[in-house]
Amino acid sequence: MTPQARRLVPLIVAVVLFAVLPFVIPSFLTFQFAFAGAYTCAILGLTVLTGTNGQISLGQGAFMAAGGYTLAILAHSAGWPPELAIPLAAIVSFVLGGIVGVVALRLTGAYLALATFALAVSVSPLIKRFGWITGGAQGVTLPFSRDSRVLYAESWGIAALLLLITWFMLRGRIGRSLRALRDNEIAAASFGINPVPYKTFAFALSAAYAGIAGALVATATAYVSPDTFGLQLSLTLIIGVVIGGLDSLWGAVIGGLVVEFLPLAAQSINVAATSLIYGIALILVMILIPGGIAGALRTLSRR
Amino acid sequence: MHFSRRLGVLAIASTLIAGNFISTPGLALGDAPGVTSTQILIGGTHPFSGPAAAYGTISQGIQAYFAYVNDNGGVNGRKIVYKDVDDGYNPAQTVQLVKQLAEQDQVFAFFNTLGTAPNVAVQPYLNQNKIPQLFIATGATQFGLEGTKYPYTLLFNPDYQSEAQIFGKDLVAHNKNAKVAIIYQNDDFGQDYVTGFQRAIKGKGPTVVKTASYEVTDADVGSQMQALKASGADTLLIAATPKFAVQSMVIKAKLGWNPVTYLTDVSAAQFLMQAATKAGGAGATNGIITAEYVLDPTNPGMAGAPGMKLYRQILSKYGGKADPNNAFVIYGMAAAYTMVDALKHAGKNPTRDSLMNAALHLNEKNPFFIDGVTLSTSPTDRFPIRQEQLGKYVNGLFVPYGFVIDARK
Repeated sequence: MTPQARRLVPLIVAVVLFAVLPFVIPSFLTFQFAFAGAYTCAILGLTVLTGTNGQISLGQGAFMAAGGYTLAILAHSAGWPPELAIPLAAIVSFVLGGIVGVVALRLTGAYLALATFALAVSVSPLIKRFGWITGGAQGVTLPFSRDSRVLYAESWGIAALLLLITWFMLRGRIGRSLRALRDNEIAAASFGINPVPYKTFAFALSAAYAGIAGALVATATAYVSPDTFGLQLSLTLIIGVVIGGLDSLWGAVIGGLVVEFLPLAAQSINVAATSLIYGIALILVMILIPGGIAGALRTLSRR
Repeated sequence: MHFSRRLGVLAIASTLIAGNFISTPGLALGDAPGVTSTQILIGGTHPFSGPAAAYGTISQGIQAYFAYVNDNGGVNGRKIVYKDVDDGYNPAQTVQLVKQLAEQDQVFAFFNTLGTAPNVAVQPYLNQNKIPQLFIATGATQFGLEGTKYPYTLLFNPDYQSEAQIFGKDLVAHNKNAKVAIIYQNDDFGQDYVTGFQRAIKGKGPTVVKTASYEVTDADVGSQMQALKASGADTLLIAATPKFAVQSMVIKAKLGWNPVTYLTDVSAAQFLMQAATKAGGAGATNGIITAEYVLDPTNPGMAGAPGMKLYRQILSKYGGKADPNNAFVIYGMAAAYTMVDALKHAGKNPTRDSLMNAALHLNEKNPFFIDGVTLSTSPTDRFPIRQEQLGKYVNGLFVPYGFVIDARK
């Protein structure tokens, strides 16, 4: 077997596993996996933005809110099905992300983290400010409820598509440029890479992925409220990408599964232990496997 | 070699994942899943993590009371098992956990799921599947008005509009020319409060001259309070959660403003009043009027009530690490009492429908309520608690003021 073919094996195994899964697990678990698929999309955005391009965002939840509310409002007031509303949610978040991306050009490191954190904080008051369309604190109930398997297929189908798009994009010129800008912006610029379009694009793309994730969460929950996209969510997503593995597409999938199932698993140990276990997991990963779970698996398989 | 080892790792990982999650769901017996000859399984959600985690302590009061009931024979010989999980106050989390409890654990009913948004999110699912969603921990008025659409959902807390109406009635009785200013939290709680209050005073003399809102994420309410004072109002209604209510009282005193003040029950615990007095002087709190229904463990005036003695006795034996002075803990115990009351009336072999029927025909004197406040429901009245006792803060203590007021009348 050639090395290329060998690299395909885990991929094929994963695809088969994910295809078979909803037929062997109970309905509520399929439902939970649908959420994991949505989180994978949001974390994939961070893989591109933070992992590949080195820009930190603590505001991913804000873009999820933008996407989720776009879908909810279209479904609630215009009767749009999710299939039509999801692309629009992506476009809205892409534009918003681009705007934030332009501002972010002037900020790096901790300052960027703070600015994007402010974004996450402002979500709830903003939603309430426009209560006539967002339903304010009461939220918006969506006029449909879908079967768990349909939700699963939708979430993971879209996640797979985004993973494929990202893979194509990152293996070529765009990926190289983003990484070069991450590692040394001045050096990259001296090689003719203009940071402005690349960094802005990374932000917009990452926001679009989050928007899609928010739309998927809204579809599965069949309800959105400011509490759906709270501050906690943005923090959880950044923890997810670190534990899963920055700058690795596998890391996004693992991160999505971690964000969904770690709190559920933590509960079975102690109902109040969620935050604690997140913290411990994060510290352990940073110390023992800085490349995240995906990085550790890669090292393991090379031995 | 490399290849097979890698495959091995994957295989082990996937087996671990699958093995953890695949479980055989229990068999539903008739229309009473969760009920066996020895136990009744009830599900719930509270936030034990995240910004709203303080509410998680409600669970301690609930579990302590159920343990006490179980030790004294249970309900018709069955022990209550309450599986309460952490949704972090996130509706997207609540739907997943509720489905898991309903489909995997096969709970008989849900009890005291907390929060307006989390309850709205699971309401369609629970009602479609005819699973009782009982005595939910929110006061959003909408839950009491949708009985035809959502027959399996029932409130516990006095709804915010009713509580505000009680204040409105008191004001109408005492000062027909009152000019009212309102500070409220910009969410369902605050907005319902404003609506209820305005309804109660409409056309009866008092007028609202100014309202100001704040967001939970705001740092303080200084500018709002100044604007309210400038309106020339002589009466103030505080519909704020604890931190902001204390600020409102303190800032009011610092501005030298002395309106007749009504304070929501949500923020009227003794320790909060003491904090406000400490920071703003006696003028911050003296004469403040509140409405109460659950006994306040930090109020020495209520220490002798039989319900308070029972509460402390149960807590010392079954409460574990619960703080007896935490108002959320006694709230939880009061709610648990009502749940047990409904279960007792659901018959020897309860079904989900017989439980709903019992919950909609309650008429109880809850020992953990203030004397004179009763809880009652009927198929046409889905607001269990609509009576509250007014209290006035005099010399560092809330003392009963007037009679128990009924928002129904």
